[in-house]
Amino acid sequence: MGYFLTLVALVVALGVTWRYLGSYMAAVFDGRVHFLGFVERPIYRLLSTRPDQEQTWKRYGGAVIVFSAVSLAFTYAILRLQGSLPLNPQHLGAVGSALGFNTSASFVTNTNWQNYGGETTMSYFSQMGALTVQQFVTPAVGICAAIVLVRGFSRKNFATVGNFWVDLTRCLFYILLPMAFIAGIIFVGEGAVMTLAGTATIHDVLNGAVQVIARGPIAFMEAIKQVGTNGGGFLNANSATPFENPSGLTNFLSMYLLLAIPFALTYTFGKMVKSVRHGAALLAAMALLFGVWVGFTSFAEHQNNPAVAAAGIHSTVGNTVGKEVRFGDTTTALFGVASTSTSTGSANGAYDSFTPIGGLGLLTGMMIGEVTPGGTGSGLYTLLVYAIIAVFIGGLMIGRTPEYLGKKIQAREVKLAGLAALVMPITVLVLTAVAVSLAAGRAGPLNAGPHGFTEILYGLTSQGNNNGSAFGGLTGNTPFYNVIGGIDMLLGRFAIMIPCIALGGALAEKPVVAESLGTFRTDNAMFIGLVVGVILIIGGLTFFPAISLGPIVEQLSHLRFF
Amino acid sequence: MNKVIDKPTTDASRGGVAKSRGLFDKEILRQALGDSLRKMDPRVQIKNPVMFVVLIGSVITFFEAIAHPSKFAWSITIWLVLTVLFANFAEAMAEGRGKAQADTLRKMRSETEARRLLPDGTEELVAAALLAKGDLVVCEANDVIPSDGEIIEGIASVDESAITGESAPVIRESGGDRSAVTGGTKVLSDRIVVRITAERGQTFIDRMITLVEGANRQKTPNEIALTILLAVLTIVFIPVVVTLVPFGNFAGAAVSVVVLVSLLVCLIPTTIGALLSAIGIAGMDRLVQRNVLAMSGRAVEAAGDVQVLLLDKTGTITLGNRMAANFFPVGGHSEQELADVAQLASLADETPEGRSVVVLAKEQFGIRERQLGDDHVFVPFTATTRMSGLDMGSRQIRKGAADSVKRWVVDAGGMSPNDLDVIVERVSRAGSTPLVVADGTDILGVIELKDVVKTGIRDKFDEMRKMGIRTVMITGDNPLTAAAIAQEAGVDDFLAEATPEAKMALIKKEQEGGRLVAMTGDGTNDAPALAQADVGVAMNTGTTAAKEAGNMVDLDSNPTKLIDIVEIGKQLLITRGSLTTFSIANDIAKYFAIIPALFVATYPQLNTLNIMRLHSPESAVLSAIIFNALVIVALIPLALRGVRFRATGSAAILRRNVMIYGVGGIIIPFVFIKLIDIVLVALHAY
Repeated sequence: MGYFLTLVALVVALGVTWRYLGSYMAAVFDGRVHFLGFVERPIYRLLSTRPDQEQTWKRYGGAVIVFSAVSLAFTYAILRLQGSLPLNPQHLGAVGSALGFNTSASFVTNTNWQNYGGETTMSYFSQMGALTVQQFVTPAVGICAAIVLVRGFSRKNFATVGNFWVDLTRCLFYILLPMAFIAGIIFVGEGAVMTLAGTATIHDVLNGAVQVIARGPIAFMEAIKQVGTNGGGFLNANSATPFENPSGLTNFLSMYLLLAIPFALTYTFGKMVKSVRHGAALLAAMALLFGVWVGFTSFAEHQNNPAVAAAGIHSTVGNTVGKEVRFGDTTTALFGVASTSTSTGSANGAYDSFTPIGGLGLLTGMMIGEVTPGGTGSGLYTLLVYAIIAVFIGGLMIGRTPEYLGKKIQAREVKLAGLAALVMPITVLVLTAVAVSLAAGRAGPLNAGPHGFTEILYGLTSQGNNNGSAFGGLTGNTPFYNVIGGIDMLLGRFAIMIPCIALGGALAEKPVVAESLGTFRTDNAMFIGLVVGVILIIGGLTFFPAISLGPIVEQLSHLRFF
Repeated sequence: MNKVIDKPTTDASRGGVAKSRGLFDKEILRQALGDSLRKMDPRVQIKNPVMFVVLIGSVITFFEAIAHPSKFAWSITIWLVLTVLFANFAEAMAEGRGKAQADTLRKMRSETEARRLLPDGTEELVAAALLAKGDLVVCEANDVIPSDGEIIEGIASVDESAITGESAPVIRESGGDRSAVTGGTKVLSDRIVVRITAERGQTFIDRMITLVEGANRQKTPNEIALTILLAVLTIVFIPVVVTLVPFGNFAGAAVSVVVLVSLLVCLIPTTIGALLSAIGIAGMDRLVQRNVLAMSGRAVEAAGDVQVLLLDKTGTITLGNRMAANFFPVGGHSEQELADVAQLASLADETPEGRSVVVLAKEQFGIRERQLGDDHVFVPFTATTRMSGLDMGSRQIRKGAADSVKRWVVDAGGMSPNDLDVIVERVSRAGSTPLVVADGTDILGVIELKDVVKTGIRDKFDEMRKMGIRTVMITGDNPLTAAAIAQEAGVDDFLAEATPEAKMALIKKEQEGGRLVAMTGDGTNDAPALAQADVGVAMNTGTTAAKEAGNMVDLDSNPTKLIDIVEIGKQLLITRGSLTTFSIANDIAKYFAIIPALFVATYPQLNTLNIMRLHSPESAVLSAIIFNALVIVALIPLALRGVRFRATGSAAILRRNVMIYGVGGIIIPFVFIKLIDIVLVALHAY
């Protein structure tokens, strides 16, 4: 019952957010929100730029690359130098070079894959000055890239797509910082830890044991962790620990926050292209797939774990292995799907202990490209890539040069969309193949056989999709996995984002074709169905062989599918 | 396979270039079989990335079959080679039809001698092939016109059946819009002097040969975009398949190379890849079947995108000319009296309007046509008098524009009856043209000349509207007349008192609004607009300037055909889109056939995925490959004929095609792969 109430509350809250946050974000990027002008202006002066100084897609994309490269270097430097930097009450030493590369790539790509335990590796300064900073700026970069693509549709005969520095500043000050601030207060209020006082040492008088309890500035990191679909928690146990996720309210709030912006951006899209119906169509495609995945995974987790059942133990409350009793089977499944479908990757349970089919739900939520609703910004731009492919095929089928919102989809657009759609499956499959072929890679998984294969596949799928959720079971902090994962994350982020920015530039240059009765409708149920079909078919066709050797064969070993 | 014969699409498709051939004409079939072998050349294959991958795959399985001979490996190799051959065959079939047409054209290309006119007025005989642009040639009865040109002197009746298939001769004369002649046509009477307007090897027929042969066929924009998508869908499946080797090794399974190649070939979009160029060539061919020559495939594609059709009123919407429809007597005269005088006034008037008056008087009042006497003098129509008539001794009969006739009567001392203006006004308002008839100083009444809207045209326009195409009628009539005809014909809009400038402005305005415009034209003054329009169809009867400005030429000179052209353009894209969808949808069933077969030795539980219950791993893979090859052959007729097109809204078309080619594309391979498997088992092949 609690599960269904949670679902209803989530739908209502997200519905309201969709409408109002979406509209507000459109206003921010249209330059109609100014209340922090006194903060904006000095920043622009410092960067010697002006809001009316727009960039072509090449300059915009170049700025994204430069900014991200500097972020990568800056984060890496802090991690390597943390021993000599302040706010290090535990006197933690430098992060190793391979782990430092993996972690900085992870946070610069909005992945937050963590090959480390936060409380035993990172100083407060590293957590706040390096990681949390990236947790703010990377979702902003993602949103900027999405806005470029949206502007591609809303502008006609335009050479420029906006100013990256201005978009970035506005996104941070008008959207992410306020949302994270309010959410942070609630987390603190609910009891999430927020302190710079170092670890607490507790002497248990009864049994004489001494415990060292990790603490830190957790609550505010927690807020942006969810708002920015980052997922990298302060503590190793992530949202499963009460210090990060103290109550039912914060658990609900976490799910709400990580879904809020990705869903609301579809309204922003609709608003900016002057057709909320078009935004609603994208929302429907996202929500439909999200709903199916929630239902599928929750149902799977509500069953007995086949391995446990085989041992003669039957549970009446679903698969509870590896789950917090505070949250239960289905709500953990809901959290898991929300987190893996949004490129967040935070966790309030052990995904490794999900039933094979439940784990498949999480895995495939990422394999379909993180579009349901996906990461902040990245979800929208990746979905638009699939929408463009759907428009192209559907448009041909009605006998017209395909067009989406009046923009003709021609060779250049198909090339860029195809490139963006190719990158993720190829990267993930090839790197998984490398991992299973080399001794260093084979040493990673805890289990043998199909489950071990799933552990490797999950790890590289999670990083390639910039999700960052860990299936567990994979020993990732080895030079091999640190490097291969770093490459996976960087390709999965920028090899998709840059073609999308280029796509925005290509579309903005185009004139707008007038709409008529003969136009392929891109705001109705048929279109939603086509987009969903394209997402499922591309994801399914590329990953079906791999998953049939992992979770499917594992589940079939128990002779039945559910 | 049943012999499918194209329905003749217009009555004009019976002759000329467009001699209709059956879809599987024996001669073309034989030619195509040979061509499909010649096309195995890797240099040809590399142009089609999808089929090139299949070719490489067949080479790999070939060596594998030599290294580890097995019935299975050899069967797969043979079927992969057949897959490539089938693709070649599809293309060769489409090209074959064009080649046959080009041969017909070559036969009629003039090899005769031309009578070149020298500056001093003498003639010399030269080979037609040596004529240069600007040369003057003389053609008399029974001469074949040696090259394209323009008549600068004389008038002749010309037999153009070699090009248009229309056996009735046409009149060509110097000056005006009927001065162009085409090389290869034959002068039937009189003498003309023609100035050659085509460079050597650049004549209309030469261009037609190049076009129908598809010798230097350029890929159209949508075709390029689709090729890119197909390349993407090919590239992505290579790592999908290749990574199965390490994945299999990790699971302890040895993966068969032959099966992997089979899986790759099954997954890449071979169906559309094999048929893509055939679809494009066949699209051009369908236009030629309807006696339309498109100068580029791009124009055909643009036709499918057209949102505004500019249609000339005369000849397209209405039957050629106005016809007398009613007599309205005035000033107390009877209708009979008026009809009698009107007929007299029109007896010598050879214009269609004049003749229609004679006919109407005969039909309504049985007034017989009378012979003109010696003292009867015909007064022809001139732009200044704006009336015509007959002088019978002292009796002067006139018919003409209302104000001109009125002025003529008043000047001669007569007066205009009170009810005349009312009737003239009423006739004009109805969209017709009033002709006032006077006998001396007496005005008898008004003849109503009416435009006759073609039957069935209204339904066509309704179809267009459903397809989201706006029709605009172009006419030189005044707005009042234009509005009435526009309403009767059911066009969406009209441009009255149209000048070439106004037409041009309208096209530009529509294009600025993001709409693609199609129009027809024949006159030299249409040329700029024809060039500006996205699809400009020039009438073959038109001037050279018009034909050069447009991007299509209609050999039948039938402007209504613009509507057919739009449908062909749409059909071309629909066929490509539908077969792409079909090709991708097929992959699902192929996965269910091959993936269990690939790993069932290692993971017997994967046999659960063998939902078709195929006999053995080998028979499963082979069945999928055979299906993949045969589906190409099965779809050749569809590729050549095009997916059926109905003029309905986009939503209905999409729903239909998604159901047939999307959902059908998922289900069909399940059924046929199973059937092929059953046959293979029955034949004890496996």
